[in-house]
Amino acid sequence: MSANNQSIFQKDLMQEAIKQSFVKLNPKIMFRNPVMFTVEIGTAVMFFVCAWILAGEQSQGSFAYNFTVFIVLFLTLLFANFAEAIAEARGKAQADSLRKTREETPARLENGQVISSAKLKKGDVFVCEAGEIIASDGEIIEGLATIDESAITGESAPVIREAGGDKSSVTGGTKVLSDKIKVQVTTEQGESFLDKMIALVEGASRQKTPNEIALTILLAGFTLVFIIVTVTLKPFADFSKTPITIAAFISLFVCLIPTTIGGLLSAIGIAGMDRALRANVITKSGKAVETAGDIDVLLLDKTGTITIGNRKATKFYPFDIDEKEFIKAAVLSSMADETPEGKSIIELAGVNPASYQIQNPTFIKFTAETRCSGVDFDGNRIRKGASDAIKGIAERAGNVYPKGVQECVKVISSNGGTPLVVAKNEKVIGVIELQDIIKTGISERFERLRKMGIKTVMVTGDNPLTAKFIAEKAGVDDYIAEAKPEDKMNYIKKEQSEGRLVAMMGDGTNDAPALAQADVGVAMNSGTQAAKEAGNMVDLDNDPTKLIEVVEIGKQLLMTRGTLTTFSIANDIAKYFAIIPALFIVAIPALQGLNIMHLHSPESAILSAVIFNAIIIPMLIPLALKGVEYKPIGASALLRRNLLIYGLGGIIIPFVGIKLIDVVVAMFI
Amino acid sequence: MNSEILGVVLMFVLTLAIALPLGRYIGKVFNYQKTWLDTIFNPIDKLFFKLSGINESQQMNWKQHLVALISINAAWFLLSMIVLTNMAWLPLNPDNNPSMSGDLAFNTAISFICNTNLQHYSGESGMSYLGQLVLMLWQFLSAGTGIAIAAVVFVAMKERTTDKLGNFYSYFVRSCTRILFPIAVVVATVLVFNGMPMTFEGKDTVTTLQGETVQVSRGPVAAFTAIKHLGTNGGGFFGVNSAHPFENPSYFTNIVEMITQMLIPFALIFALGYVINRKKLSWMIFGVMTIGFTLLVVPTIISEMNGNPAITRMGVSQNLGSMEGKEIRFGSPASAYWSIATTVISTGSVNAMHDSFTPLSGMNQMLGMMINAFYGGCGVGMLNFYVFIILAVFISGLMVGRTPEFLGKKIEAKEMKIAMVIALLHPFLILVGTAIASYLYTHNPAEYAGWLSNPNNHGFSQMLYEITSSSANNGSGFEGLGDNTPFWNIACGIVMLLGRFLPIIGPVAIAGILANKKYTPESNGTLKTDTMTFGLMVFAVIAIVAALSFFPALALGPIAEYFLL
Repeated sequence: MSANNQSIFQKDLMQEAIKQSFVKLNPKIMFRNPVMFTVEIGTAVMFFVCAWILAGEQSQGSFAYNFTVFIVLFLTLLFANFAEAIAEARGKAQADSLRKTREETPARLENGQVISSAKLKKGDVFVCEAGEIIASDGEIIEGLATIDESAITGESAPVIREAGGDKSSVTGGTKVLSDKIKVQVTTEQGESFLDKMIALVEGASRQKTPNEIALTILLAGFTLVFIIVTVTLKPFADFSKTPITIAAFISLFVCLIPTTIGGLLSAIGIAGMDRALRANVITKSGKAVETAGDIDVLLLDKTGTITIGNRKATKFYPFDIDEKEFIKAAVLSSMADETPEGKSIIELAGVNPASYQIQNPTFIKFTAETRCSGVDFDGNRIRKGASDAIKGIAERAGNVYPKGVQECVKVISSNGGTPLVVAKNEKVIGVIELQDIIKTGISERFERLRKMGIKTVMVTGDNPLTAKFIAEKAGVDDYIAEAKPEDKMNYIKKEQSEGRLVAMMGDGTNDAPALAQADVGVAMNSGTQAAKEAGNMVDLDNDPTKLIEVVEIGKQLLMTRGTLTTFSIANDIAKYFAIIPALFIVAIPALQGLNIMHLHSPESAILSAVIFNAIIIPMLIPLALKGVEYKPIGASALLRRNLLIYGLGGIIIPFVGIKLIDVVVAMFI
Repeated sequence: MNSEILGVVLMFVLTLAIALPLGRYIGKVFNYQKTWLDTIFNPIDKLFFKLSGINESQQMNWKQHLVALISINAAWFLLSMIVLTNMAWLPLNPDNNPSMSGDLAFNTAISFICNTNLQHYSGESGMSYLGQLVLMLWQFLSAGTGIAIAAVVFVAMKERTTDKLGNFYSYFVRSCTRILFPIAVVVATVLVFNGMPMTFEGKDTVTTLQGETVQVSRGPVAAFTAIKHLGTNGGGFFGVNSAHPFENPSYFTNIVEMITQMLIPFALIFALGYVINRKKLSWMIFGVMTIGFTLLVVPTIISEMNGNPAITRMGVSQNLGSMEGKEIRFGSPASAYWSIATTVISTGSVNAMHDSFTPLSGMNQMLGMMINAFYGGCGVGMLNFYVFIILAVFISGLMVGRTPEFLGKKIEAKEMKIAMVIALLHPFLILVGTAIASYLYTHNPAEYAGWLSNPNNHGFSQMLYEITSSSANNGSGFEGLGDNTPFWNIACGIVMLLGRFLPIIGPVAIAGILANKKYTPESNGTLKTDTMTFGLMVFAVIAIVAALSFFPALALGPIAEYFLL
């Protein structure tokens, strides 16, 4: 998707964000963020101090100095607001680009009347034919169609959707390529998942997540400590006969409170949802993204996640026959076979069946009784099927079932494959091996998950033996074989009762209870409405591996909060050493010994500290939006790494930064 | 190595060597495992419970524990008020000392019940033997309270999902009878045999070499001194505390008293590891505390051994170090070590006058109390540290990309709120208290002239120290402060009360709430709390939250004094 490549600061987004930065100065909005709210109060006080000086007050230092402090504090507020605004703007732009296609599409109702999609109500039924855009999210109630979902998923290969079953859902904005379907609208306009997501990003319905609340408490606590520190400093200074200006008090306070994380906190949360959206996952709440970071157990469907679609033919084993002849028999028997297995045989052979130019073929369909399929032509009878079915055919005709074939079948089975035996005119001529193809790189991903401390569980309808083989080969930790929907549910409940958080992905209606039970349930967009309602995320790409990405997005979100909090608090050390000597040096010159950065003058020290405090916010916006990179290296190693970068960095950077700013500021004082 | 330094190292190593087995023993007491003292104390405990009608097997939740704790403490408070304001006519008053004024009794009663032992009186002239005995009883009971409540928190940390956290009275009685009492008996015996008085007779009359007669105060000093240190109480029998030759006669008794006061705070760390079966966690905690302690004690010893630069400039030799206010039998390193030990662990007993230490040593003493979690007082030190662990777990849990959890329990908004309030409380009490005192003094220096022996930066330090000592339930003082006035008696009384009970209520509430939560088993992604990295994180949180918020105040007090010297 093109949006994935857009830079963080796009021009149109910037304009909107800058406008919003001012709008958000409204104290009512500001109040949601206690840290920045106190900065706003400080800024207001500085405004009055400036006015007071203009009115002739002498004790507070020069107007220029006070005014500069005021301006810097004002910028601090704007920067913090800008961080939130740019995150919102980006999220909104992303969501808008998804929404754009679905607005103002004409919808043709059953009775032939054409209305705007905006007027569709839940329960309405409309018709869509080849070449038309589907007007609204809904469920196919009649017909089958190939649909181009590239507008939503970016995936150009068309998909088939049909009434009934688990692939009946269509998304507004996608295009019907062939056939005709009747669609029933499943959501009121303005209440689709996308609409909900946009509302979440825009802030109107954005609620603080539990973790965000806990962090806000921590930050509010830090703010309170420094209110106490600053206010009590006044009588202390009076006792020591050390006059301190209001500007110095406010600067000390603003520098000490965690403005960096306070200013970036909501941007981090929005960016988390935005990252999910960029991965084409719609989250129904910010909490879901956070929970994803805590997941302990991942339930993954074998098909599509661990293996590529269905089984594929991987090898031909001819017996007492020329390989070309065998392949010809295999291909002919699969000509009419529409199953993925059948197609894969032709694919493996690499021959166009039409090139054999056989006359009047009669195709024998697979039935549960014969358990084989095949073709009759020119007096030849070719059959392919399960080994005991073909064995029966051969033995009934008086032919021996070769020992080699028997062995071959055994070997294939024990390797997790499925053998298909081929007979020509009741004589066994060879075996086709079908194998589950494990996705390349999937075992590395499981290894990565293991290092994150996440247990992976494969869910499959295969028998336990095959399941075990594939589980081992792919490197999952556990498997549920011959799984029925209730098995998933029970497994989830069992893990949850032991205190673990479980995530799963599903699409069918029978997945809905398990999706609702799971702590993070990702429904595929192609899935049924019931499944989508039950889960707390919807994956537009229908990609089962998406769960892994979602977990990483959740972890990134929490990590970004943690590291920036650490950075912000660690900054205090340097700020103390900049401001404290500046406060007292005039009255107690001996305290020059504390001025370890050798800052130019008390005024320049205070200005440098507040300037550093202000500009660090925009400098960290890209990090807040992109998120801190997650590395699966184990919790202790990760903590060490982040402490080194953001903790130690948070101590050192402001020393350097404040000193550099002081050098510049000193030129103007 | 300098033999004086060797003495200091010896004290530390010996304390640790005794604390390790003692910790295991305390763990067994908390776990109700069999110990060899059971045969003696089981019948005694049963008798207590029978007499008081308490059902010791009734399980309490965290709120019931707190109600039990606060109600018995309130009863003790009333009892001490009655005794202290009436001791003049009550028995056991051979020296005919007077009763206390209301505000002084208020301060003293709170002071001893809160394990603070801040003394705005002098034992020789201000206290009868009955008063001393009552105070000695509180020295047992307040320490027992601290140990019992630590037991509750330990048990809560161990439990998977429950609100049944044992019986408070049972933990309390066991702490007193099986931990404090036997050790106190041993220590008192050692002290008696090393020259400490133990008598109920009044003042002795001695004729000096010059032929003058001198009245010498005495009393049941050995018993008092043993529990004073064992229970990290610190209240002296005599006004000058363990600098008095009867309260600390020799270098040997100094070692004994020193080890006694650090013993239980050390042992409780290892008891935690025993109870919750995480020995590595104990060592992490001990490591962090010891690093903090070392960072305070080493500069102090160096500073005291170097002497006062102002005196050096006068050309006076200071080869013994800065000896102002110190006892020659202990010397400057042992005094410096004591001064930091007694402040980090909230004992508050002194063997030298803190007011006379060099400025940076005074700052380190104050920092020990401001942080109040490096070892800390009997039981409560662990509780304070627990709050810092919760804060550190929260921040570092986020840093590894998981909702923070400690010992399998998720830390959420409610626990954060409590932890933050408790972390805030200490700076709040100290800074606001000192601010009020500074304000009063600045605006009416004539009326409050008696407060400060030295009204400059040092005077500020004196006030800051007094409030800090009250808030930390330490009880030592910069004795240049004229503190027996209604303001200091009442202000310190209130600060002591808040500084005692809120930091008990908070951690117990957190531990109780967490105990009731769902247990999440550890995985690879879980933050390990028993590692050095996490220890570093806890240390950083303590340094930034607890220490740095006092930087401006300290800059105006000891730091300014240091640069001005």
